[in-house]
Amino acid sequence: MTSFDLARRSVRELNAALHGRAGDQGGTWQIRNPAGKHSIAVGLDAPLNLSIEGHVGYYCAGMNMRAEITVHGNAGVGVAENMMSGSVRVTGNASQSAGATGHGGLLVIEGDAAGRCGISMKGIDIVVKGSIGPMSAFMGQAGNLVVLRDAGENLGDSLYEARLFVRGPVRSLGTDCVPKPLGATELQILDSLLRSAALRDAASPEEFKLYGSARSLYHFHVDHAGAY
Amino acid sequence: MDSTPRHGPPRFSATFDPHSIAEIQRAASTGIYAIRGGGTKRRLPHFDDLLFLGASISRYPLEGYREKCGTDVVIGARHASKPIHLKIPITIAGMSFGALSGNAKEALARGAAAAGTSTTTGDGGMAPEERDYSSQLVYQILPSRYGMNPEDLRKADAIEVVVGQGAKPGGGGMLLGQKISARVARMRTLPEGIDQRSACRHPDWTGPDDLAIKIEELREITDWEKPIYVKVGASRPYYDIALAVKSGADAVVLDGMQGGTAATQDVFIEHVGIPILAAIRPAVQALQDLGMHRRVQLIVSGGIRNGADVAKALALGADAVSIGTAALVAIGDNDPQWEAQYQALGSTAGAYDAWHEGRDPAGITTQDDQLSARLDPIKAGRLLANYLSVLTLETQTIARACGKSHVHNLEPEDLVALTVEAAAMAQVPLAGTSWIPGSRSE
Repeated sequence: MTSFDLARRSVRELNAALHGRAGDQGGTWQIRNPAGKHSIAVGLDAPLNLSIEGHVGYYCAGMNMRAEITVHGNAGVGVAENMMSGSVRVTGNASQSAGATGHGGLLVIEGDAAGRCGISMKGIDIVVKGSIGPMSAFMGQAGNLVVLRDAGENLGDSLYEARLFVRGPVRSLGTDCVPKPLGATELQILDSLLRSAALRDAASPEEFKLYGSARSLYHFHVDHAGAY
Repeated sequence: MDSTPRHGPPRFSATFDPHSIAEIQRAASTGIYAIRGGGTKRRLPHFDDLLFLGASISRYPLEGYREKCGTDVVIGARHASKPIHLKIPITIAGMSFGALSGNAKEALARGAAAAGTSTTTGDGGMAPEERDYSSQLVYQILPSRYGMNPEDLRKADAIEVVVGQGAKPGGGGMLLGQKISARVARMRTLPEGIDQRSACRHPDWTGPDDLAIKIEELREITDWEKPIYVKVGASRPYYDIALAVKSGADAVVLDGMQGGTAATQDVFIEHVGIPILAAIRPAVQALQDLGMHRRVQLIVSGGIRNGADVAKALALGADAVSIGTAALVAIGDNDPQWEAQYQALGSTAGAYDAWHEGRDPAGITTQDDQLSARLDPIKAGRLLANYLSVLTLETQTIARACGKSHVHNLEPEDLVALTVEAAAMAQVPLAGTSWIPGSRSE
């Protein structure tokens, strides 16, 4: 295991090492003293296993590919933004825009996620053990958002084809976001996601409601002008 | 019988002119705003309202064709370890694959590469043909993040964070269903054939403090190699440029309201934002106040048509210009050879702006395979290279006449204005006077 102390070396040095030959070789890295610093472990593209021992600032694990990253603490804005593959796990809470625009991979947040969780998601899977804030999954295009507790206002506003599974109450649905039947296919997807997130014991798929796009905004029409 | 006419000839209202009346009738008939491509069509104070003074007894000119007049520009040396080196101060503006056909993107790439300059992606990701044929490619990061991925980010030569564009400062992108082909839909992760509407705000940052952190993330991902530009639509240029610089931009792109769009509401194009002529001097002032003029490069766009426009933009303090509409015209947009088809679409060559409909007879603003096939990217690329060459030669001609050994040595002192408005906006004297309206010494 490689140990890296951010109290003694910079984020630039860390990312350069992870992008360089040392990172390409994969392996397990322990990152100590992150102290809320921004852009920790961004742009990785290797089968690395990272354990970050503390809170991180903005964009931790941004644009991740292939790496498996665990943040033992809270995460700032945009954790795992635009992730392509791999996985990111936050043991605490996540700030705004968690998993924003992610194309793939799995983001698990064991605490709560703030507003705009999964905004413009494009294929990422996000599982939140706690609750999520307002405007989550805004313009969500693809992928799955699973919330084991509550969702804030305007969930799924202007949604495209992302699936939103929420176990608890939803304060309000955004424009064009509607409840949908939870069929066998969706239950299977949900079961698989809960298992991947190691949260199958915390919730059962049948306890969730599914929300998706009514697809009424897919084409401009004068009758929908009031919704824009 | 009295033959005196009871009325004079029909008189049209200046307020309710034929265009306004037609638009009221169209609005009443359809119930939806007009959408079109291109930039503003109204007459505005522009570079045509400026003139160069040229050298005489008080200034020495340079010999044309004999004395060197440099045109190269380096962009992004503030922080990037691999700044962009351009042979000419004219770049190709961001235009998406989706808005444009693959052949059009390839033609722009070929033409720009032949001329030694950069081209730019758009709201839809990086098309392979664009990367393959561009010698220097700027990768845009827009609010939608369509097609955004770190592999393409690393393939780019520079990164441009798009905050806004001149045709619609404060507005998001739009691509109507006719152009969301299977390939476009796949690149943008959207259902095929829907009317795509992009967000106008970035999903993971708000305000200049966040932008600074975002830029730092992009630098970290790309190991501080690539220049990072910030593009804004011209509206409050002094503050927007100052905040972009404060956020760490290596270069700023300032797009005036004459800048084109693939598809936007006509009311937005015509009534939001300011002309590029009015925006350059406040932007330069912001850079100068921060001690960053020439250290953070200023690239301006919106209505650049000829070398005189390029020279005037540079004289006002820009480091380079960017062209979009003019580049499309150079490769064949609005070509009279398609007149019959423009007329069939209810338009005419020179006025065709239904770029959003995807039925472009020239094969440029379309995703229709048969129409796209009309554009030969090799031949069209050559046309663009020719045009860029002419722009450069014209710019040098003017610079030499003003006694400059590099086009960047052009300065406001070389210019006068033909109108009071242009004098005030460009902060140069009205021709034949020493009067600069609005200047502190007035």
